[in-house]
Amino acid sequence: MIQLNANHLLYLLEAARWTLLLSLLAFVGGAIVGLPLALMRTSKIRLLRVVSSGYIQLIQGTPLLVLLFLSYFGLGILGYKLIPLVAAAVSLTLYAAAFLGEIWRGCIEAVPRTQWEASDCLGLNRAQQYIYVILPQAVRIATPPTVGFMVQIVKNTSLASVIGFVELARAGQIVNNSTFEPFLIFSAVAAMYFVLCYPLSIAARTLERKTHGG
Amino acid sequence: MSYKFDFAFLADRWPDFVAGAWLTIQLTLLAIVFGFVLGTLCAIARVYGGRVLRLMVGTYVETIRNTPLLIQIFIVYFGLSSVGLKLSAEVSAVIALTVNMGAYSTEIMRAGIASIQRTQLEAADCLGLTRLQAILHIVLLPAMERVYPALSSQGVLLMLASSITSQISAEELTATANLVQSDTYRSFEVYMIVAVVYLGLSVLYRLFFWLIGQVLFERRRRLGTPL
Repeated sequence: MIQLNANHLLYLLEAARWTLLLSLLAFVGGAIVGLPLALMRTSKIRLLRVVSSGYIQLIQGTPLLVLLFLSYFGLGILGYKLIPLVAAAVSLTLYAAAFLGEIWRGCIEAVPRTQWEASDCLGLNRAQQYIYVILPQAVRIATPPTVGFMVQIVKNTSLASVIGFVELARAGQIVNNSTFEPFLIFSAVAAMYFVLCYPLSIAARTLERKTHGG
Repeated sequence: MSYKFDFAFLADRWPDFVAGAWLTIQLTLLAIVFGFVLGTLCAIARVYGGRVLRLMVGTYVETIRNTPLLIQIFIVYFGLSSVGLKLSAEVSAVIALTVNMGAYSTEIMRAGIASIQRTQLEAADCLGLTRLQAILHIVLLPAMERVYPALSSQGVLLMLASSITSQISAEELTATANLVQSDTYRSFEVYMIVAVVYLGLSVLYRLFFWLIGQVLFERRRRLGTPL
């Protein structure tokens, strides 16, 4: 057993960078897949609506942990090497896309009907309506809940630890295995997650207040 | 792709999956009930309590909502046992899930309670009800009714999140999957089955919450407004 020392703390901090990177990958991936999903959900074409809502129900009805295992072992079946970072990024992307898609659908629908009608009258086609009229307004509505969802993403990257990706949670387990001070170490890990997440929570709340106040 | 799917292991391992799913149901129902009670109490404290109480509840809610469930579970299971409080994996799981559910339902119920108009309380005052009676009989049920969709989603989310308790070897559904896949090497198939079971469970939970809602909120049932 090794005494807990400053190196351990440094090790945790270094691992926290991987948590940040994975969160970023998940958010960007989730946004890239989630936006088309949201547009499909609000589409006039039935098939697109059915497909996208089916996807969202499917992902929201299964635990992220199981998704993580599926993409980890699934990539193996497809003949790729089992790289934990890739598997984690893929499953977090699938997960974030479903939730962001659903959040953004709500925001697009929150834009008043009259905006659609007015832009119709101006002779804009569907794409122009989205680009010039609807989406700019939807973005303003969507910012607070999106920032709020980032907190979920950061927290959920901790699950990547179970497939052996060394981020903050995994680093905590490793340090704990050599020092056996679980209470102290996991509290420290929790504190680090808090430092990452709390500013986002505050930002989401402030933005929310601003949107509703103004 | 030359992979051949093989579900043959199901023939003799299916009872394991049923047992795992049953434990998942037990763990999560306990956590949902306890967590909801805890959350309601905290929400009442947060709205009607004094400064100190409000600050305490606020700290609890923010701490839980801004840290991962995985770490919370580790702190309860490994942390508490290292300071001398030895709990089984299942008990630790229920405690961690309850604490987690409590924080989220505090926020949800707080919103519900805040949405009840002051005049309701004033009217209760006029009728001679005490503060406690007014909260119990006048405020709580309508507050719950307003946020019931959010509450039931949170219940489903908690059920799904309970898969994380497999990491402290509570033998629920995901832990069962981990075990079966290490015996059979059919990892992908095993997790596919488990994903389907979770999907079924989340449909079941939605149905269950909907039924409870129908029983609890008589007025809404009579008016026929959907929950």
